[in-house]
Amino acid sequence: MSETAVVTGLGVTAPNGLGTEEYWTATLEGCGGIGPVTRFDASPYPARLAGEVPGFVADDHLPNRLLPQTDHMTRLALVAADWAMADARVETAGYGEFDMGVMTASSSGGFEFGQNELRRLWSKGSKYVSAYQSFAWFYAVNTGQISIRNGMRGPSGVLVSDQAGGLDAVAQARRQIRKGTKLILSGGIDGSICPWGWAAQLASGRLSHSADPDRAYLPFDPAASGHVPGEGGALLVLEDADAAAARGASVYGTIAGYAATFDPRPGGPGDHAGGSGREPALRRAIELALADAGVPASGIDVVFADAAAIPELDAAEAAAITAVFGPYGVPVTAPKTMTGRLYSGGASLDLAAALLSLRDHVIPPTTNVSPAAGYRLDVVTGPPRPAPPAAAGAALVIARGYGGFNSAMVVTAEGTTDDSTEGTRKGASHE
Amino acid sequence: MSNQEITLDVLARALLESAGADEHTELNNEVMDVDFDELGYDSLALLETAARLERDHGIELDDDAATSAKTPRELLELANSAHSAGS
Repeated sequence: MSETAVVTGLGVTAPNGLGTEEYWTATLEGCGGIGPVTRFDASPYPARLAGEVPGFVADDHLPNRLLPQTDHMTRLALVAADWAMADARVETAGYGEFDMGVMTASSSGGFEFGQNELRRLWSKGSKYVSAYQSFAWFYAVNTGQISIRNGMRGPSGVLVSDQAGGLDAVAQARRQIRKGTKLILSGGIDGSICPWGWAAQLASGRLSHSADPDRAYLPFDPAASGHVPGEGGALLVLEDADAAAARGASVYGTIAGYAATFDPRPGGPGDHAGGSGREPALRRAIELALADAGVPASGIDVVFADAAAIPELDAAEAAAITAVFGPYGVPVTAPKTMTGRLYSGGASLDLAAALLSLRDHVIPPTTNVSPAAGYRLDVVTGPPRPAPPAAAGAALVIARGYGGFNSAMVVTAEGTTDDSTEGTRKGASHE
Repeated sequence: MSNQEITLDVLARALLESAGADEHTELNNEVMDVDFDELGYDSLALLETAARLERDHGIELDDDAATSAKTPRELLELANSAHSAGS
C-alpha cells in the first residue's frame, strides 16, 4: 500500500459530449453544448438556456429494472460509472466487495424525480407516490445505486458542497485509498434541469438571463452576467498507486494535492474580521493544495478556473490566482464555458479535462470570452494551446461552492511513466 | 372493479410498470411459485406494485402483508382477498 492515489479510469457524460473521447474532442474543438432548455418548458422563466447531455437514451445503457427507480442524473451517473470501470480495465472478480467504495458529490439530489412525485402527492394523493421516492431524490442516491450495481461495499458516502463537491469527493476518496481501500469510484454527476431545480438555482441570483448561447456564460469577461446551469460531469476510478502498478494498470495521473477553505457569510456570525475587508480564503486553498502536492507555483502548467462569471467572484478568483502565480503567470482556462456549470459535476469534469490535458500536452480553450484586462490573467482563448511536455506535468483545478466553499486540487502526470518507459500511460483511443 | 379477479397477467403488468422487468424472466404461470427474490423484486418493488394494484383495483392492501408475500401466487391471493377501499 502506498500514500498515493492514481486515476486509472474516466467516465464522462457532458453537455458537449457523451463519453470521454467525445467530450474531449468537442472540448478541444471549442464545440459547446449550451442551448435552449428542452427538458421542461422554461419559457416563463428569466433563464432559458442549459447545458443538456445530448443523445442519452437510458434504455440503451441500463437494465429496464433500474428505470422506474432512478432520476435522470442517476442514470447518467450509473452509465458514467460503467464507462469509468471499463476504462480502468479492472478485474473486480479478484477484489472483495469491501475493497471497493463509492464517493460521489451531489448538490441537490434527484430533483426531477422528486418533483414528479410531489406533484402526484398533491394532485392525486399519497397512494400515487412512488415507493422509490424514498431514495431516488436524495443526495446519496448516486453513491448507493453505483455501489449496488457494481458490488462495491467499501467506504462510501456523499459530499455536499455545491460546485466544490466535485473536488471534495475525490479528496475524500483519496483519504480512503490512503487508509487501505484498493479502489474508489469518485466524482460527481449532477443536474436538476426541472422547474423545481430551476427555481432553486434562480434564487441564487447567479443565473444568466441571456438567450444567446454564445453570450450567456462569460467568466472573466467584462460582460460576465452569471452562468448557465448544465447537467452531467465525470466519474473517476481512483486506485492505490501500488495496487494499480501491481496489476499493470495504465494511469492518467496522480491526485497529488488538495485543500479546502471556507469563507464566512459577510457580516455573519463567523465573520470575525468584520465584513468586506477580509481576503477571501481561496488563495489559501490554492497555496495549501500546492504545498500538499509538493509542487511549487512555477510547476503548474495550467489552471482550470472555477469561473463563476459573477464580476465580484471573477475578481476574487483572479486576485487569488495572480497572488499565487503572478500577473499573467500561468495559463488559465475554463472549458466549462462549453458546458455550463454542472454543479457538483463541474469540478470532476474539470479534473478529467486536466488529466486529459496532461496526457495530450494541450490546454483546452475558454470559449466565447474576451478577458477583461484588469484581471491580469493569461486566459486561454481561441484554439487549444500546446502545453510544453514538461517532465512532471501538473494542473491545478479550482472549484467554489455557493455558501463559501473553496477547494483546490493538484493533479500531476506522476505515475503515468510517460517520462520513463512506454506502455502504462493511457492511450487516446480507449473508447 | 373490486370484484374482478386479479390475474397473473394483471400482476405481471403491475410489476413491469412499477419496478421494471428482467430481460431474461418472463412472468408466466411457471413463475407462480418462484420467490420474488429470485425474480429480482425486492420489498420496495413489492410496495410499489401493491400501491399500483390498490389504485387500479380500488382495494386496500396492508404494506407489511404485501411486502412479506414471497411469490406471485402469495401476492395474488392477498390481492384477491383484499377488501375494497372504503367498504
